[in-house]
Amino acid sequence: MRRLLPALAGTTALALALAACGNDGGESTSSNEPDAQSSVDPASLEAELTWWDTSDPTNEGPAFQELISQFNEEYPNVTVNYESVPFDEAQNKFKTAAQTDSGAPDILRAEVAWVPEFASLGYLYALDGTPLLEETNFLETPLSSNVFDGKTYGVPQVTDTLGLMYNKELFEKAGIEEPPTTWDEVDEAAKALQGVGAEGIYLNAAGYFTLPFMYGEGGDLVDVEAEQITVNSPENVAGLQIAQDMVKSGVSVKPDANDSYGTMMTLFKEGKVGMIINGPWEVANIDADKAFGGFDNLGVAPVPAGSGEPGAPVGGHNYVIYSGMDEEKADAATAFVQFMTSPESQAFIADELGLLPANADAYDLIEGNEKVAAWEPALEAAQPRPWIPEGGLFFTPLDQMATEVLIQGKDPQAALDAAAATFKSDVVPEYSE
Amino acid sequence: MATTTRTPADPTKPASPKEPGRLRRSYDRNWYAWAMVLPTVLVLGVLVLYPLAQGILQSFTDLTEANQQEVICTKTLGGGETCEENPNQAEFVGLKNYVDVLTGQRGDFWLWFTNTVVWTTACVFFHYTIGLGLAVMLNRDFRGRGIYRVLLIVPWAVPAFVSAFAWRFMFNQNFGLVNAVLGKIGIDPVAWTDHRWTSLFTAIVANVWLGVPFMMVALLGGLQSINNDLYEAAAIDGASPWQRFWNITMPGLRPVSSTVILLGTIWTFNMFPIIFFVTGGEPAGQTEILVTGAFRAAFEGIRNYSLAATYGVLILSILVVYAGIYRRVLSKQGEVF
Repeated sequence: MRRLLPALAGTTALALALAACGNDGGESTSSNEPDAQSSVDPASLEAELTWWDTSDPTNEGPAFQELISQFNEEYPNVTVNYESVPFDEAQNKFKTAAQTDSGAPDILRAEVAWVPEFASLGYLYALDGTPLLEETNFLETPLSSNVFDGKTYGVPQVTDTLGLMYNKELFEKAGIEEPPTTWDEVDEAAKALQGVGAEGIYLNAAGYFTLPFMYGEGGDLVDVEAEQITVNSPENVAGLQIAQDMVKSGVSVKPDANDSYGTMMTLFKEGKVGMIINGPWEVANIDADKAFGGFDNLGVAPVPAGSGEPGAPVGGHNYVIYSGMDEEKADAATAFVQFMTSPESQAFIADELGLLPANADAYDLIEGNEKVAAWEPALEAAQPRPWIPEGGLFFTPLDQMATEVLIQGKDPQAALDAAAATFKSDVVPEYSE
Repeated sequence: MATTTRTPADPTKPASPKEPGRLRRSYDRNWYAWAMVLPTVLVLGVLVLYPLAQGILQSFTDLTEANQQEVICTKTLGGGETCEENPNQAEFVGLKNYVDVLTGQRGDFWLWFTNTVVWTTACVFFHYTIGLGLAVMLNRDFRGRGIYRVLLIVPWAVPAFVSAFAWRFMFNQNFGLVNAVLGKIGIDPVAWTDHRWTSLFTAIVANVWLGVPFMMVALLGGLQSINNDLYEAAAIDGASPWQRFWNITMPGLRPVSSTVILLGTIWTFNMFPIIFFVTGGEPAGQTEILVTGAFRAAFEGIRNYSLAATYGVLILSILVVYAGIYRRVLSKQGEVF
């Protein structure tokens, strides 16, 4: 079980030699400050790297593979073994591999909530002092998801958030001119849509997708500063009540516990539902759907607000480097991640897939990209989540809560109290209720 | 087995002080048997006893993925490593895990237990009755019997998770086959996964479909071992088909039945993939059984090894108690397997 400490003597000497790529400001314990920055000749770098990509293998994967071949033009001797790992398996698969020290990839595309968790377990390299964090212009919120205990363990690949996605054609038919900005306006819009034979909205019965209702009333899950669980606060109850009322009054299609998300996407793409709450990761998928009318028919707006400001959770993915990777490969891994997160690469991905760059400089390169521009207002409503190692654990209790409230019609207060109790017993036991 | 190779000590030989001691004598005579048994003992020890003991020990600690290491090292890319002692290392907590689980402070043990009992009873009941019905039918002579036998065994050859996904899709509320068929005969679509019992029902249907072939084959074998003369004699005595079934077939099947029911119960009790893939615990975890609930509690998020071990010990205990009672009831009826 216990991970073996790496054979120190040899590796440290080697590591010091390799530390040539700038170490100032880093928190490393090496006392020798490496001298001049040596510019490595790309052609001389030779290594074999494994990268686990967790993006959708049919819609998104090919664009990332294309990026790898661009990388290889510059670094011909670095082999990147591309492995597509299903998103919902990757977290467990990586932990199993890292723990037994066999089969873990050198580089992983990790969801934002995974990074603090992996870092707290010692599975990741801290990247402080490497060129990866120097002279870069990453957006602050996505970058903040990589920080754990004062060190930075990853660099952002893409950022995302939830927004209100709607069917322009149906909106036109129903005579709705502006996308709704509050849940009340969603009610009105839904009634207008029902007048033209469509359904109003489909609320996905999952915890992540109920966050806009909570944020919209000024609520949150936990207060990290005060170490307090706030998921059953009156604000959240009010938010969930709005969501439940939307289902009960028929404004929202009654979601279904069997593949709620898939049903939402199918109904939306078939034009049977006018609005959904979803993120930019579906843009490529919707764009490819000719029956829907592609991207031209897709409207994107910030999530509607409740009685407060609109708020949507920040999501996205980061590149992290497995701490069991051979230090000899550090230069190659750095070069690879640097290439993948460069403004040019992120702009390429944005152009191909409509994913939102996490590198601020990339936005200058993609001026006129409608897919990205459409999300900019939505991104302004994005709220960072609590970046604690347990951050990924909030969602199992919340998913249960969402199913109970939206599908089974349980009282929001009772369902949120139950979620708070699970937070206390299983997620953050040291927090007060 | 060790018992079959042991040579009984010769009781007629008097123990004389000049002869070597009992142990030595036994060794001299039986060394070969001991040598033959040794590998089994070693393998069982390494593969079964050691992990079992370790698991039981772990259930008395608070071991998790986060507190198992003595030191946590942070490596910085490009050189440098800081190690510090883990401030909250795993420690012995006594019965805390058991108390937490059994009082419902963590997880939903009693809900899962009720589900497991309903699930196991329903599945084994339908496996046995349907399997018996099919076996009796296939035990007759008719044309194409071989083809039917092959076809009926097919579900068994499909990997469990493949059929689980197929069943899940068939029970999909909006796009599934089941609701489409119900719609054709004028019944409103059912939101199968939205309620605890309808959701559990879908999993039971899937598992019955999967498990019947095994019962059928096992019972068919049992049926063929019943002597045909008994049926002839009964027919001559004027016994009706029902009387023949109850008085010849059922007692004749007893040895097979008792074994397959015990096996079926243990398998179904621990049948992970069907619940996990058909209902996925939906709605809101209300259809988890003990094994899936334990898996989720222990392996989702930061892995809680001690909690997983606790569930493991509880599940094992329930099955051991069940098997003990079952065996005792059978042995009262004069059958021990």
